[in-house]
Amino acid sequence: MGGSASLIPRDLLGEYQELTFLSKQEILLAYKRFSELLPKEERENACSARVPKSQILTLPELRANPFQHRICHVFSTSETRDDSMSFEDFLDMLSVFSDSATSDVKSHYAFRIFDFDDDGTLDRKDLEQLVNCLTGQGEESRLSRAEMEQLIQNILEESDIDKDGTINLSEFQHVVSRSPDFASSFKIVL
Amino acid sequence: MTKQDKSTEGNDGNDDNEEGSAVENEEAAKGTDKGRKRATPRTRRAHARGRDRHGDEEDEDGEDGARRTGHRRHRSRRRGRAAGNEASDSDMEPAKARKNQANQKSKEDDEEEEDEKGGKGGKGKNEKKGDKKPDKKGKKEKANKKKKDKKKSGSGSDSESEEEPITEEELAKLKEEVEEKKKLIATLRNKPWKMKKKLSVLKEAQLFVEKFEGALGKGKGKKFYAYKVMMTKKWMKFQRDFENFKTACIPWEMKIKEIESHFGSSVASYFIFLRWMYGINMILFGLTFGLVMVPEALMGKPYGSLPRKTVPRAEEATAMNFATLWDFSGLAQYSVLFYGYYNNQRTIGWLKFRMPLSYFLVGVGSIGYSFMVVTRTMAKNANDDGGGDDTSFNFSWKMFTSWDYLIGNPETADNKFASITTSFKEAIVEEQESRKEENIHLTRFLRVLANFLALCTLAGSGYLIFFVVRRSQQFALEGLENYGWWERNEVNTVMSLLGMFCPTLFDVISSLENYHPRIALRWQLGRIFALFLGNLYTFIIALMDEINLKLEEEKIVKYNMTIWEASLYNGTIPENSTAPPIQVDPADVPRGPCWETMVGQEFVRLVVSDMMTTYITILIGDFLRAVFVRFFNYCWCWDLEYGFPSYSEFDISGNVLGLIFNQGMIWMGSFYAPCLPAINVFRLHTSMYLQCWAVMCCNVPQERVFKASRSNNFYMAMLLFILFLSTLPAVYTIVSIPPSFDCGPFSGKTRMYEVISETLEHDFPSWFGKVFGYASNPGLILPFILLMVLSIYYLNATSKSYKEANLELKKKLQSQAEENKRRNKQKAQKSNEQEENPFETEPSPAKAKGDKQDESTPNKDGKKGQDGNGSKNTGQPQEASSSQTLQRPGPVLNGHYPPQSRGGNLPPPSIAVTRPPGPRRPGVPGYPPGNPCLPGMQPGMPRGPPMYR
Repeated sequence: MGGSASLIPRDLLGEYQELTFLSKQEILLAYKRFSELLPKEERENACSARVPKSQILTLPELRANPFQHRICHVFSTSETRDDSMSFEDFLDMLSVFSDSATSDVKSHYAFRIFDFDDDGTLDRKDLEQLVNCLTGQGEESRLSRAEMEQLIQNILEESDIDKDGTINLSEFQHVVSRSPDFASSFKIVL
Repeated sequence: MTKQDKSTEGNDGNDDNEEGSAVENEEAAKGTDKGRKRATPRTRRAHARGRDRHGDEEDEDGEDGARRTGHRRHRSRRRGRAAGNEASDSDMEPAKARKNQANQKSKEDDEEEEDEKGGKGGKGKNEKKGDKKPDKKGKKEKANKKKKDKKKSGSGSDSESEEEPITEEELAKLKEEVEEKKKLIATLRNKPWKMKKKLSVLKEAQLFVEKFEGALGKGKGKKFYAYKVMMTKKWMKFQRDFENFKTACIPWEMKIKEIESHFGSSVASYFIFLRWMYGINMILFGLTFGLVMVPEALMGKPYGSLPRKTVPRAEEATAMNFATLWDFSGLAQYSVLFYGYYNNQRTIGWLKFRMPLSYFLVGVGSIGYSFMVVTRTMAKNANDDGGGDDTSFNFSWKMFTSWDYLIGNPETADNKFASITTSFKEAIVEEQESRKEENIHLTRFLRVLANFLALCTLAGSGYLIFFVVRRSQQFALEGLENYGWWERNEVNTVMSLLGMFCPTLFDVISSLENYHPRIALRWQLGRIFALFLGNLYTFIIALMDEINLKLEEEKIVKYNMTIWEASLYNGTIPENSTAPPIQVDPADVPRGPCWETMVGQEFVRLVVSDMMTTYITILIGDFLRAVFVRFFNYCWCWDLEYGFPSYSEFDISGNVLGLIFNQGMIWMGSFYAPCLPAINVFRLHTSMYLQCWAVMCCNVPQERVFKASRSNNFYMAMLLFILFLSTLPAVYTIVSIPPSFDCGPFSGKTRMYEVISETLEHDFPSWFGKVFGYASNPGLILPFILLMVLSIYYLNATSKSYKEANLELKKKLQSQAEENKRRNKQKAQKSNEQEENPFETEPSPAKAKGDKQDESTPNKDGKKGQDGNGSKNTGQPQEASSSQTLQRPGPVLNGHYPPQSRGGNLPPPSIAVTRPPGPRRPGVPGYPPGNPCLPGMQPGMPRGPPMYR
């Protein structure tokens, strides 16, 4: 795939650099990885093709991530809601997860990833699902009912500033922006 | 000119933006025809030249830009600017239609952009053009001739670029707008939009900026402005390229990324630290190599010309043996690698290179550089940390930020799941009961015992080292030849072994203490640190002893030497009195024990043996263990992989500490052994590969993962501390011990730093030396130090006050939040009551619980009583949404949230939450006044696909 680099027009490449937090090499690498996910016959026009979700999830970078489905969902612009990704979606994702992205953008997308029902707030159900994602699938590692209640209660007490029982975006960003290691852990590199 | 005409002309003003795009399209369609493309601007330019100097200049600038970036937009701007005003009506029509089309199209993407551009730009230009009318007419005729050859290019516009009398405020407005657009371009990547939208917005903004920025400034300023714009553009491009280049130059990026994805960011942080260290050592190496070793090797006197540059007769036989070289004595000792080889000649070679001065300055400079880099990095890290000190969001952080998205390895992910679960459980337990102490006396006793044991270990290791060094001195006095390998390498081996086993011992001891893992880690690190430090300092003290011994020895040698010389003269003078220099082979000349070289050798040996132990530990402790576990697992009674030996973990803290101490030794010894940075670069280079390999192939991810970012500055602080401690002995020896009389660049001086005053005397004018002398007398230095102390005190006080102000603000914020909360709730309750009757909604029990600390208002209780009819089983989401809807009419939350941030209640933020800032023009979506939308009029050229060269 040596020639793949030249398949992105130079202007577009420049614009992508302008619009993402990625460097040229990273964009080219992303392009390479992206076109590898495509079936052979579609590789020619990888810029316009869409990769189905199942293919995206085979990326080693996302394989072990408990939020893989959410990430696909949030970054996908697919009209059919099948969570497939175009190259630009893919770049968007990498840009947000890149090293140099501001923590504002990162926290914005983190919020959307954690917002499992897409209603714009993190309510108890979202938080519960989030905890379940974080504690893994194993039965023994699951928190008990009481523990879960306690945990969510504590979280809401801390972060739900307006006490409406949910955490909204600004509250979320407020909390997360103070965390010393959010920006360094909310990161995916190819 | 008629009124009607005027109005069309007025549109024209607007047109000249849009015409540009029309032109652009047409040219794009013609795209491949380069020759013509080039010819067109030429003719136009020639034409313009006849007209107006300024327009011409600008043309050229524009063209340059266009050539460079290959964008047609530049050209369109140029044409729009220079030629647009005189476009005939017929030309205008297609352009307008085109524009309208474009407007409609882009409007879908972002109305705001369009708003600004169409409305404002149009208006601004309108007025401008109105003023211009009179002088235009006259030129039109002249223009017509030239027009013909330009007809092809579509707009057929003429160049008319005399000064446009733009009013001041228009100009300011325009300027502001352009600035805004530029800002938008710069910050576009910060917007959480989809790529498609960003792309379109970017294009709009770029188009706008390119069109209008030329309009700014006038007269001479204009030229300058255009030039400035062009330069900034080029500069930006260059910067971007340079950034790309820089990232391409970072070594081992892929390796580290791979490790990152397998082991999470904490293990990777070690390798990043290693790489950082490598960079520093590269620079130290460059300094010593380029300014000390190479000049001496090239321009200094060759080997064998002086006693200090020759292997003594007694050692000649073994000088080339591998064992001797491995020991860094023999030939290696009498080479550029060590201090003793350097000559005290003031200048060497045809360059008149001042060797002793260079040697001294490089030694001091490398330490100064290290200080600078370490402190700077620390400051940067501290900035990045950003007030992460308050613990008010303990749970939320655990929840929202504990997942390491870099993890790509299922096994690591499992570990991470487990550790997150435990941390949750721990936090819950801690929250529930404030840590009950089962048997406080037992714990205390155990902790005291543990500390006692640790102290014993430290003291024991210190004594062992002291003992060993003493013993080795004895061996050295008796002559090393009579002893074997063990005696020769005793010191290094013992030190390395201690460094290997004591940490394990500490680990065992710390299990007595029963501390929280995080505190335990701190203790562990502190103890290892103390151990290493103690070892190093015992070593140094022993070395000092040895230095003193050598100094004594030196005196005797000096005395002997005079006798020897006298005897030499006595014996030889009668024979050849004509040749005053006596021909004695330099190898035979008796020489003093060069203590500097000895110190250098010790450090080099230490570093090398440290390196060997590290590698051997990796090979045995990691690799062989992994091989054993992997292959003997098939035929063993218990599960080796999960049972006793298992695979080893990567010990981040131990490795980082090892690295730090190694660096300390480099700093300490590099003055006496210029080769030390080179050896260290080699070591770091190899250990990068070796450890990367070892980690990937035979380590398992840690169970107790601690985050990278928080401990980063901890390590840096240790590094700084070590740097300070390691410069102390080096500086002490430089300042207070007289250099050896017959070796090294400073021989013959009473102190090493005298090289400075010598240079001042000889190489600088006398007044300089005088000034320096005045500046360096205590009367000036003491006040200076006082001043520095005062300024430190002042800065400290200011930072403290800032901190306090910060705290105060935080408190204010909290109280405000409380206030708002209360008000909100009251509102919510009021509306709740109102709505309650029709809908019978109910506040959930959970919510009531959540508001414990708030005044649990009576009406809530009443409510609860009211709708007790089986509503307990309503789910939480319902409750959440109900409270949400109720609150929406409430006032915007506390001041510190931007208004849109209440957008949590808005529909999901896939629609842009933030909009680009900018003045909005009411009611003018796309078209300027008087420019009717003509959808039917299609210009000749369809908007083809963009052609990229």
